[in-house]
Amino acid sequence: MGGRLGGFGPALPLGLAYAAFFVAPLLMLFVVSFYTDEKMTEFGLDQWRRFLLDAFHWKVVGDTLMLGLKAVAATVVLGLPLALVYRAAPPFWQRALLFVAVMPLLTSVVVRTFAWIVILGREGVVNKIVLGLGLAADPLRLLQTELGLVISLTQIEMPLLLLPLLAVMSRIDPNLMDASASLGASPWRTLFRVILPLVAPGLAAGCLLVFASATTAFISQSVIGGGRLVYLPAMIWQQAMVVSNWPFAATVAVTLLLSVSAVIAVIAYAGRVAGGRIHG
Amino acid sequence: MARRHSAGELSYYLVIGALATLALVILVGPVLVVLATSLTDSRTIRFPPQGFSFRWYELLLDPVRSRQIHRAAENTIWVAAMAAGLATVLGTAAALAISRAGGRLGRSLDAFFMAPLVLPGLAFGLAALMYFTILGFRPSLELLILGHFIVVTPFLLRTVGASLTQLDPALLDASASLGAGRTMTFRRVTLPLIAPGIAAGAFLAFMASVDNVPVSLFLSSARTDMLPIRMWGMMESTLDVRVAAVSGTLIVVAFVLMLVMERLTGLTRRMRG
Repeated sequence: MGGRLGGFGPALPLGLAYAAFFVAPLLMLFVVSFYTDEKMTEFGLDQWRRFLLDAFHWKVVGDTLMLGLKAVAATVVLGLPLALVYRAAPPFWQRALLFVAVMPLLTSVVVRTFAWIVILGREGVVNKIVLGLGLAADPLRLLQTELGLVISLTQIEMPLLLLPLLAVMSRIDPNLMDASASLGASPWRTLFRVILPLVAPGLAAGCLLVFASATTAFISQSVIGGGRLVYLPAMIWQQAMVVSNWPFAATVAVTLLLSVSAVIAVIAYAGRVAGGRIHG
Repeated sequence: MARRHSAGELSYYLVIGALATLALVILVGPVLVVLATSLTDSRTIRFPPQGFSFRWYELLLDPVRSRQIHRAAENTIWVAAMAAGLATVLGTAAALAISRAGGRLGRSLDAFFMAPLVLPGLAFGLAALMYFTILGFRPSLELLILGHFIVVTPFLLRTVGASLTQLDPALLDASASLGAGRTMTFRRVTLPLIAPGIAAGAFLAFMASVDNVPVSLFLSSARTDMLPIRMWGMMESTLDVRVAAVSGTLIVVAFVLMLVMERLTGLTRRMRG
């Protein structure tokens, strides 16, 4: 060995650990999805046929990816303005905002999910306000709806968007804003023509993390979404742990893996293209 | 210089200001709601809470009636400490190798080691369950440690990698020209300089393991219960007010730890990357 590869010596233990406990299990998942029967004795395409030939399964795949995209859209609509305020804020407020952005990340996902049950429930905060103001006669049904789930995921996943976004925001040269304004551009034009292209890589990195996390957020999906909204994670859990049909569970898991990876690749590519127009 | 604010400027500040305020309310509000709910005196979870008491925290501390929760918390802390420890040692070594090698090979190795962060955790959780079961292992804390170790390692690579890029190569040259060997330079120069990055990464890895659901969902069992899974069970069945008390405890502990780590390592700046 020696030479160039010799420098990778210290990475070898982690590489071996990943090979044994990350790559090998994922390969096993692919293999298991090609067993025909639950006893796992014979290979065949039966599970894949069963999955792909049922329109309901396609709907679940679509719903899962849409849920991720809705969570991405909602976090961007709220998170981007917060990041713009962060960019213009004095140093003390920047640190405070950063702390607020990171804090939810360190309070467990289960805790955050629980918070939204209290807020969105029949006797929850939102209904107290809506009924108190006389905006509706009956309590709104927010738990066990997709709207409630998207609202919850917006808070649960927003820190993942904010971290990379705030990083690129703080690196923007303030002179560029001044130049844009003095050339007569409105703040909106400056936002879309100067700031957005500059933060595109960070924005894409954040969107990618939000999408990956929202589509696999089993507990939030099942507790807030309830049993009537079916997404791929619930199907995987149901098939693996309740029905004990491992080959079918593996088929659904591989589908989740491939479909999420495909969308992530598109988001990453879009970020590179949007960023590339400026950075050359 | 007095400038008239045009309609465009006004609408910009109104819209951005309103959305940013809403974002802050959504980020912070739920945390405060949970803390308030956990101090209720009533038997049901509702907001605003009825009365004020620490009765649910007292029940939570009761060693007999909350035994299962205590067991789950112990398991969770043990698994998180071991997984973060493993990730710290192997992750730091790998980050050093990647930064030393650089180039295309270094970048692809980095992308490979970061993969668990974006791949669906649930698919990996199921894969790990099948893999270990087919190899003949029974559910145990050791398997949970291995599974968690894989998903928390990216945090180390990110924070240690960031500290290494800020390391001035002139310092290493100076150390070498003063006659220090590679080991000596590493122990006396490199390690002290990247120590805050390692500490921040180890802390984030620990917290991520405490928080982990996708891997624990498949690898934990009745004997090796984990806190998030137990809380999920409590939420799905009775909606016991103790869920609020556990949540309140976790929020306060995370808040205090974060303040400490912020002082010691400048944590938030490191997370921002």
